[in-house]
Amino acid sequence: MEDVMIHNLVKTYNKQTVKAVNDVSLTVRKGELFGLIGPDGAGKSSIFRILTTLMLPDSGLASVCGLDIRKDYKKIRRIAGYMPGKFSLYQDLTVEENLHFFAAVFLTTVRENYDLVKDIYEQIEPFKTRRAGDLSGGMKQKLALCCALIHRPTILFLDEPTTGVDAVSRKEFWEMLKRLKEQGITIMVSTPYMDEAKLCDRIGLLQAGSIMSVDSPDQIIRNYPHRLFAVKAEGMSRLQQVLRQSMIIKSCYSFGDYHHVTLQEETLKTIDGSELTERLTNVLKQSGFIDVEVKSITPGIEDCFIDLMKQS
Amino acid sequence: MKQFKAFVQKEFLHVFRDPKTLLMLFGVPVMLILLFGFALTNELKNSKIVICDFAHDEASRDITERLSAGGIFIVGQTISDYTKIEETFKAGNIKLAILFPAGLYDNLMHQHKAQVRIIADASDPNSAATLTGYATNIIMEYQRDLLKEAEMPMQIIPEIRMLYNPELKGATNFVPGVMALVLMLICVLMTSVSIVREKELGTMDILLASPVNPFLVIISKAIPYLFLSIINLIAILLLSTTLLDMPIRGSILLLLGESILLIITALSLGLLISNVVQSQQAAMLTSMMGMLVPTMLFTGFLFPIENMPVALQVISNIVPAKWYYTIVKAIMIKGLGIAAIWKETMVLAGMTILLLLISFKKFKRRLE
Repeated sequence: MEDVMIHNLVKTYNKQTVKAVNDVSLTVRKGELFGLIGPDGAGKSSIFRILTTLMLPDSGLASVCGLDIRKDYKKIRRIAGYMPGKFSLYQDLTVEENLHFFAAVFLTTVRENYDLVKDIYEQIEPFKTRRAGDLSGGMKQKLALCCALIHRPTILFLDEPTTGVDAVSRKEFWEMLKRLKEQGITIMVSTPYMDEAKLCDRIGLLQAGSIMSVDSPDQIIRNYPHRLFAVKAEGMSRLQQVLRQSMIIKSCYSFGDYHHVTLQEETLKTIDGSELTERLTNVLKQSGFIDVEVKSITPGIEDCFIDLMKQS
Repeated sequence: MKQFKAFVQKEFLHVFRDPKTLLMLFGVPVMLILLFGFALTNELKNSKIVICDFAHDEASRDITERLSAGGIFIVGQTISDYTKIEETFKAGNIKLAILFPAGLYDNLMHQHKAQVRIIADASDPNSAATLTGYATNIIMEYQRDLLKEAEMPMQIIPEIRMLYNPELKGATNFVPGVMALVLMLICVLMTSVSIVREKELGTMDILLASPVNPFLVIISKAIPYLFLSIINLIAILLLSTTLLDMPIRGSILLLLGESILLIITALSLGLLISNVVQSQQAAMLTSMMGMLVPTMLFTGFLFPIENMPVALQVISNIVPAKWYYTIVKAIMIKGLGIAAIWKETMVLAGMTILLLLISFKKFKRRLE
């Protein structure tokens, strides 16, 4: 059973001059933690707004829990929880007042569904009389999540919930999502952070309005077609120049402390894999680099993303 | 119902937690009333007048002396040419001209009756009325003193002529005007800004994505402002009856009812504005420009509508405050009942229904 079905969805802005969502099709299964991964402007928020019935698509079909987003929008609004990308609670109301208000909006009470939000709410309870606008970024997100959960939704749409939140809070947030998933809530979450992709059951890689790949993170990594090396030496910017000019190198981009490098197909055919790191090291040493370090690595989601982006 | 209660509660919290809104709600009306009240009545000291004396007798000299003694009038000029009166008015600074006819004292003594003409520059109707009142009082005083001496009935009849604004609109006119202004301003501005704020902050996204009926959101916004406006109205009425001696001759209940009608008109206008603008600034600007200026110009309490070009007179008919202003004046000053103002009431009610229909029709159940 699929909780979200999207079929050839198209959404344009500014009288069809800007294509925000370009022929997107994907499904989210029941009880799944699905991640929509893509940089800013990829179309993540537009997809969320269509699924939460805030916007109508130009064309294409979409349904949430079997309900059509055009016809059954009122029913969807009852069963879906939505947390927009921007912090959208009442800043001048306290934590408690916000929670009670949104419970009333969804015709329920905090007490009725307290067990669902208890874990999260307990973390912000010490500040319950504080105004939402005075909370820290992480706290705000926790409160927003509580408010989105207070009516026990069957499906939860979280639009970039961890953007602008510190590393510790981000980790906590994903742990909370995992626990919610265990309670049977389908979660669709978007994030620009590639490292969060691995925490999802399945992910869709979104770029410029188009889906490049939909699969589990492991499978997407397994499908990575190249052998990947991490290279490091004194003088990283010169190193990048040299690598990019080299005949045997296919691509090179900086990635943290290292440059990630793939090789041309012909090079890979002629040389045995284990010797490759040594060959590369020697080549670079001959070019005058010191402290050269080359290692063979398994790709991350970001490597896959960059590779898919180049293909399309 | 529970939803509704939560919404209304939330709106009140918004208002009471924002000092700027509170100041706007209660500071502005009080300020306007005091400003209009005292600015228009206080500058009546040392008003320059011109005396046109054809009598040159005991009576005219005595009255002129009394006029210049009070501190209210300064006799700037004494002329003896009737045709020059208009000229001196146009030259400026003259508020009043007083004309003593030839043989004033003789007439009083022998015919027991005489006329004194008072001509006022009524382009500022409020002060013109007050000044002619003062002048009349002084003349009456003279008559009383004369009566005591002579012990025979005699009468000076002051004949008052208003120049430029003969109907003398505005004497007690600014209070109804300010009432209209304040109600329009507060209600239109507050509703439009508070709805647009929800759009701007993104809370409207969540509300739209929830099962709440959007109309409930809107109506619950109207309730607190309706309530606060009524408090405001009462404050204005209290201020103007106690401080400014404004009468309320008609039924207070009728006045409140008509005011609530105007408040609802204003709320629906605010709703309409919030439908078409995207930011709080735009909402504020539209409300100010779209409401404040036409209300000031076309209501008639600052500038008489009768003196405007026909095109502007026609335009003034679509300003709701104009109708309300007529209604309030009829109730407060003339003490009339619903029978006299049902037509204006119907116009206002019709406008409200039309505005509500348009804004409900334009209201979006989705974003964009």
